[in-house]
Formats: sequence, C-alpha cells, structure tokens
Amino acid sequence: MNKHVSPKMNRRAFVIGSATLGAGLAIGLDLPFGGPAVVRAADGSPEIGAWVVVRPDDTVVIRIARSEMGQGSLTGLAQLVAEELECDWTKVTTEYPTPGQSVARKRVWGDFSTGGSRGIRSSQDYVRKGGATARVMLIQAAANGWKVPVSECKADNSVITHTPTGKTTTYGKVAEAAAKLTPPSDVKLKDPKDWKLIGKGVKRLDTVDKTTGAMIYGADVKLPGMLNAAIKDCPVFGGKLKSFDEAKIAGMKGVKKVVKVGDTAVAVVADTWWHAKTALEALPIVWDEGDNAKVSSESIAKWLAEGLNNDQPAYVGNKNGDAKAAIASAAKKVEAVYSYPYQNHATMEPMNATALYTADKCEVWCGTQNGEAAFAAVLEASGLPADKCDVHKVMLGGGFGRRGQTDYVRQAVLIAKEMPGTPVKLLWSREEDMAHGRYHPITQCKMTGAFDANNNLVALHYRLSGQSILFSLRPEALQNGMDPAAFQGVAQSGEAAFGYSVPNLLVEHAMRNPHVPPGFWRGVNVNHNAIYMECFMDELAQAAGQDPLEFRRKLMGNHPKHLAVLNAVAEKIGWSTPAPQGIYRGIAQVMGYGSYVAGAAEISVTDGNKIKVHRIVASTDPGYVVNPAQVERQIAGSFVYGLSALFYGGCTVKDGKIEQTNFDTYNSMRINEMPKVESVMVPSGGFWGGVGEPTIGVAAPAVLNAYFAATGKRIRSVPLRDQNITFA
Amino acid sequence: MANLTINGKTLTLDVEPDTPLLWAIRENAGLTGTKYGCGIAQCGACTVHVDGVAMRSCGVSVSEAAGKRITTIEGLASGGTLHKVQEAWIAQDVPQCGYCQSGMIMAVAALLSEKPKPTDADIDEAITNICRCGTFQQVREAIHLIASA
Repeated sequence: MNKHVSPKMNRRAFVIGSATLGAGLAIGLDLPFGGPAVVRAADGSPEIGAWVVVRPDDTVVIRIARSEMGQGSLTGLAQLVAEELECDWTKVTTEYPTPGQSVARKRVWGDFSTGGSRGIRSSQDYVRKGGATARVMLIQAAANGWKVPVSECKADNSVITHTPTGKTTTYGKVAEAAAKLTPPSDVKLKDPKDWKLIGKGVKRLDTVDKTTGAMIYGADVKLPGMLNAAIKDCPVFGGKLKSFDEAKIAGMKGVKKVVKVGDTAVAVVADTWWHAKTALEALPIVWDEGDNAKVSSESIAKWLAEGLNNDQPAYVGNKNGDAKAAIASAAKKVEAVYSYPYQNHATMEPMNATALYTADKCEVWCGTQNGEAAFAAVLEASGLPADKCDVHKVMLGGGFGRRGQTDYVRQAVLIAKEMPGTPVKLLWSREEDMAHGRYHPITQCKMTGAFDANNNLVALHYRLSGQSILFSLRPEALQNGMDPAAFQGVAQSGEAAFGYSVPNLLVEHAMRNPHVPPGFWRGVNVNHNAIYMECFMDELAQAAGQDPLEFRRKLMGNHPKHLAVLNAVAEKIGWSTPAPQGIYRGIAQVMGYGSYVAGAAEISVTDGNKIKVHRIVASTDPGYVVNPAQVERQIAGSFVYGLSALFYGGCTVKDGKIEQTNFDTYNSMRINEMPKVESVMVPSGGFWGGVGEPTIGVAAPAVLNAYFAATGKRIRSVPLRDQNITFA
Repeated sequence: MANLTINGKTLTLDVEPDTPLLWAIRENAGLTGTKYGCGIAQCGACTVHVDGVAMRSCGVSVSEAAGKRITTIEGLASGGTLHKVQEAWIAQDVPQCGYCQSGMIMAVAALLSEKPKPTDADIDEAITNICRCGTFQQVREAIHLIASA
C-alpha cells in the first residue's frame, strides 16, 4: 500500500538533516511508508495522515516535529495544521513524535532540526498539507457514510455539514472511517486571504504548566531507580583527561561510581546530583591540557588582526566593480576596525540528558533542538542500531542554538553504558556550561569606504577575519573551503542579502579558526555583520555630512523590502522630528533568515558612560506572520538577548580556557534595564522568512549608533563593560 | 536528616544540614518546579518563599530553612485555585521557554504581598531575576494587570 503523506519533503531540509545524521541513517525522499492500514496513536485513536490524530471526543492531536524552546513554534505549527484542517482550535493538543518513530516510518515527519529560524518557514508547506489531507479524508468519510457526493459537504470547526440537507457530524465520529481511506495524492492549500487562524495571536498551547511548576524540562526528568551524574570536561578545549584519584572521594555520601567519559572528561555518579557535584569538586583531576593551553584572547586577537591585511588569503563572498582600485583613487576614504567576541548561549537550564542503557536498548530523555541529531548521537555512543534506540524530547529551558549540538547527549549515554539497567541523569553545573559552550564565533572586521568629490559612496571594502562555524560543525557545507554563512547579512543574494547598492564592493573573509569551538548562537553571523556594517554606515554618513537615515535611503533604491522596514521604524520612532531633550537616536537594518528587519533606539547617556535605553522600535517583514503575539515576543526577546551580549557578554580566553564561570562574570539584562519594545510588523506576503533570530542583528547597532549621537564616541568592540560603559 | 515544612507539609528528609535548600526541594522532596540556574544566587530561577519572603533557595542551607515555612511554586495555588500571579501569567501569555518563570512568579508574588500596587520603579527594584528569553515586557504588563484588578 502506497501512502504519500507529505508529498513534497523539503529538499534542503532533508540534505541538512541527513548531513547531521551521518551515513547510516540517510533515507530516500520519495519512499512511501508502509505499515498497517490504520496507524494508531498510543491511546488507540486513529491517525488521519501522520500529522493528525482525532480522538472520539473530537480532540485533535497535532504532531510537532520541531522543538519548542520558548520561541512559540509549537503553537504556530499547530495553527498551520489547524487552519487547513478546519478543526476546533479549543480542542487542539500537540505531541512530539520521537526520532526513532520517524526513522522507522521513513522520516514521515521530515526534518526535526529547530535552528536557523526554520521551524515554521521550512515546514509550513508540508504541515499545512498534512492538515488539508486530513480534512479531505474526514469529509470524504462523512460523505461516504451519508452516501452523498463529497462536493456537497463542507467542514468547519470540526463539524462536517451536508449542505443540501443540513445534516451534521463531527470529526471524532468519522475519524475511524477516515483513517481507512487512501489519502489524496495532492491537496490544494487555502489562499492566504482566506486564513482565519493563521495571523491570529492565539494563546500559546504550553503556558499553564509553565506557571505551576508542572512542566518537565530535561533537568526535571525522573525515572525509577535513577542516579545522577555531574561531569567535568577538560577546561582547555582539545585537552585530555590524564588521571583522577578516585580514592580521595571513596566513602563520600551517595557516591556510586566515578566514570571516565571518552578521552576528555570524568563524571561522578551518585544518588543525588548534589552529592555527585560535591564529590566531583573534591575529586583530584589531572588534565593533559596540550598546546592549546598557550592560547589567550590576546593571541587570538593578534592572529585575527593579521587576517585583516590584504596580503593574507581570503574568500570573496560578495563583489561588484573594483573596490580596491576605486578606494585607491577616491577623493576621500574612511576606515575603521571593529571586533566581536565569543559569547555563551547561557540557556537558563544548563545542558543535561538522561540515559537508560541496557544490552539491547538505549533511550534518552532530553531537551534538544534537533531530535534526529540527538538520535544519531545515541546510536553512535551506544553502538546500538536505530531500532534499539530512541530519544524522548522534553521542554527546553532555552536553546538559542546551543541545544542543536549533541555533546551532552553523547556524554549521558557513555555514562549510562557504564551502569547498564540504571537510568542516569547527567546535569551540567552552570560552571561546566560556561566552560563548554559552543560559542558565538569571534571575528574582526576592517571596513574601508570611499567617496567621490560629491560625497557619494563609490566603494566599500568589507574584510572580515575570524572564525567559521561551518568549518567546525558542518565542513561538508563549505564551498571550496569558503564558509558561505560567514556573509550572512552582507551576501550578494539569498536569505541574508546585503541591502545597499555600492558601485564598487568587495566583501571577503579571511578564515581563522582558533581552538575554541564555535556554534550557532541566536542570530549567528548576522550579529557581528550587522554591528560592523550598520555602525560603519553611520560612520560613512557622518563623513559625508549626511543624516544616517537619509544616507542609507540613497543606497537602498534597489532594495525595497529592506527599505520598507527601515522606513517603518523611522516613522514610528519619529526620526523626522527632533528627539526630546537629552534623548538620542540610532537606527539599523539587516536581512537574515529570509526576513527583513530594522530597529531604532532612543537612549540617554549620563557621565559619558551610563546608558539608559528609553525606547526601542523594531520592524520586521517575515513574509507572513503566523502568530503576531509570538512574533512580538520574539522581537522583544531578541533585544534582551542582543543587548545582554552587547553590554554584559563576551567570553575571554586565558591559558586556553574560557574565563567567565557564571552569571556573576557573564551577566544578563534585568527588567529594570529593558524598555518596552514597540514592534511594527509589515508582512508583505509571497515568501516565508524566519522570526526568532533576524531582529537580534539590529539590537546592538541601533544602540551603538544612538550612543555615538549622544557622545560623539564610536564604540567598535563588544562588550561595553570592557569599556566601562554600563546601564544607568 | 532534617525536617522541612514545604507547602504546608512537614517532611523528614535524608539530607545533610549544609545542603542548599534548592537541592533538598528538588531531589529530596521531589518538587522540580523550583529550578537550578546558577547556584550562586544570581539568576533567581530557584526563588521560593521562606516565611513569606522571596529567597534564592540555592543560597539558603537546609539548616537555615528548618523550622520555617517554605512555599514553592507547587504550593502557590490554594486548593484548586491558581494564585492571582499565575492567573495573570496565563492571561498575558508571559512564559517563553518558562524555565525561569517559577522563580519569576515567586518573586512577583512576594512583591505583591508587600506592595499590592507596585510602581514601575518598585518592579525594577524588586524583580531582579534573569530571563534569557526576554519576557520582561510581559512580566511588567502582568504585574500591572494584577495591580489594577
């Protein structure tokens, strides 16, 4: 029996997913899934296609493959399915299929990866089709039962009506019959103008448990007979575990076992985590730190600075005309060097995973942004085949890109392997989490702009030097050695395209990869590229003696969508009218993750170094807005994350290790420092952009440009705390 | 062994007196609504009420908490009725990931019992919890919603 449930799997998503999975799990795109005529959920209710289960009481269970980590995709994805399903939204609930189930059914739920602001935009097509397919099957089942033509029946709010007679039935009543039908091979999706639920700021589906303490995060998982583990990995990245003196902690309360984890880490397993952690602190450990112990922030900065010199090799990411020649013959030129540091994700919930290993089975419970990658890590670490493993996803206490990596899953399985039959929960201390992040990459950037005699910008040379994430995490995605993602926000075209037209442009990247492991940190390469470009745009405007907004506008004639969001924030903040006494404004725009975003800030500065942010206005054009209430929260949250990094963040390296150890040395904004964010959504339709990440790009440059307006001082490096600048 | 009175029940727990209250609550009493975030009283994810006062339970030892009235997020509702802070949180859809929200709610509940109509300045002073998702705007709105009720 051939059932094509989600007919058009996203090709790109598949390629990325299978790359993370590794060879053993690659599964063809077009293979149908087999199995029984009716597939049943755990409670016996029938599936109407893989995305929808309908219970007899009309409850609709919508399957969600992507992970919820606060960004609201769980609710948004359910809205997409429900819109086409025409079901009663008040009776919608959700569940996660496991990666093991997905693999067993030939990846019927597609890509599980929840990063790159892809949750909605990369699955919207096939999840809406999943909803539409189920609707067609349910209506068909009702028509069959009534022996009437299906064309005379319609569905609304989980009720099917035979229009000529007014007869009605409900989804719950026809679900069994619908499940036995062959799904239609193609379904037509609604015209966006007919959407009723998409575009509505409905309440999140996961709030109540988050207010009562009932929500289970990875750190809260409890299994019968479970033990707890605390771990220390070699604090110098690339170093190894040499030895530890187990005898010194023998007899400490609750300790069950001391386990070497791979070549680099040691864990203590105890009855409680507090006992495990206390014993681990007392355990004498000798590390073989290796050559990386000689690396410091200073040595990294020096190496990166060399990459800014034109005689060093670099990859060209965006080019037109001859920027170098135009700069050489220009009437006036402006040059500046900027830098951006390492940043830790610092999710509120430190990394953790619970594993149960037996001779023929390995299961893991964890928060992960990529269920399939976590599953692949379980297979690799356990050595067991796919049909003997699974991953049970639980709520993430923050992700921001960190939980797309699976290092903590691997560790949990390796520890559990030493204690077959006993579930073990591995929880990192905050200190371990700070020491073993997958850090926002470190870069420097030298920019040179050149003007003709009439103050027209004729050339721009943007030379980036620093770390590539793909080099470290997805080397297969490099293009002849070049990291195309390094140019996010300054790229020639695509989902992160440069928004200015400059007659002679050269954008290049001298790749330098220090030993500190980089990762996808909310906003990723948009963060530093937007700071560099948007602050330098202000420098260019100043050199040209022009208003920063007007200067940008002149370069944006060929980029109407970039310009539209910039204009939207300018209007909302009142750029054309003077700011109140003592208040100064800054503005910025960028494109990332398929969306156009702009931001503006109003700040005041006391004593030259105390900033109060009074107002933030942000605009976004993500094509379509599925849930405006959640988009608004993502925009506001992006400012909190981005400004925390600007003011308080920055991870430094000494003796090969990260120096910051906890929130006392890596602080985060509090409520008193954060103004209201006024968001302006201008969805122009016709494309699907992401929401979780792009806005973070404009947070820092909007404030830095306002700081210049207030003080005449250019800040060209992050964080501000290193320059004795803080919140008022 | 220690006796702790948590959410109106006195429990005899097999726990050392110098154990942080946070871990006694989570691991010995089995109440996981109170979260670990930093262990150094910086982030506030572990906020509980001790004799009605908001405290960061990672920085309070079991011996200090013994004999006192401890309320965790699980004990905030009375009977089947949610606390007004929980209700406002649901009405305003405050949480994003939600991990910090137990502590945030406990801090706000303590503020409101002291100052039923807090000003923005009161909120700024009393609510110092970290939220990495950045729910501050909704937190503030929800507090004002309660104050205006």
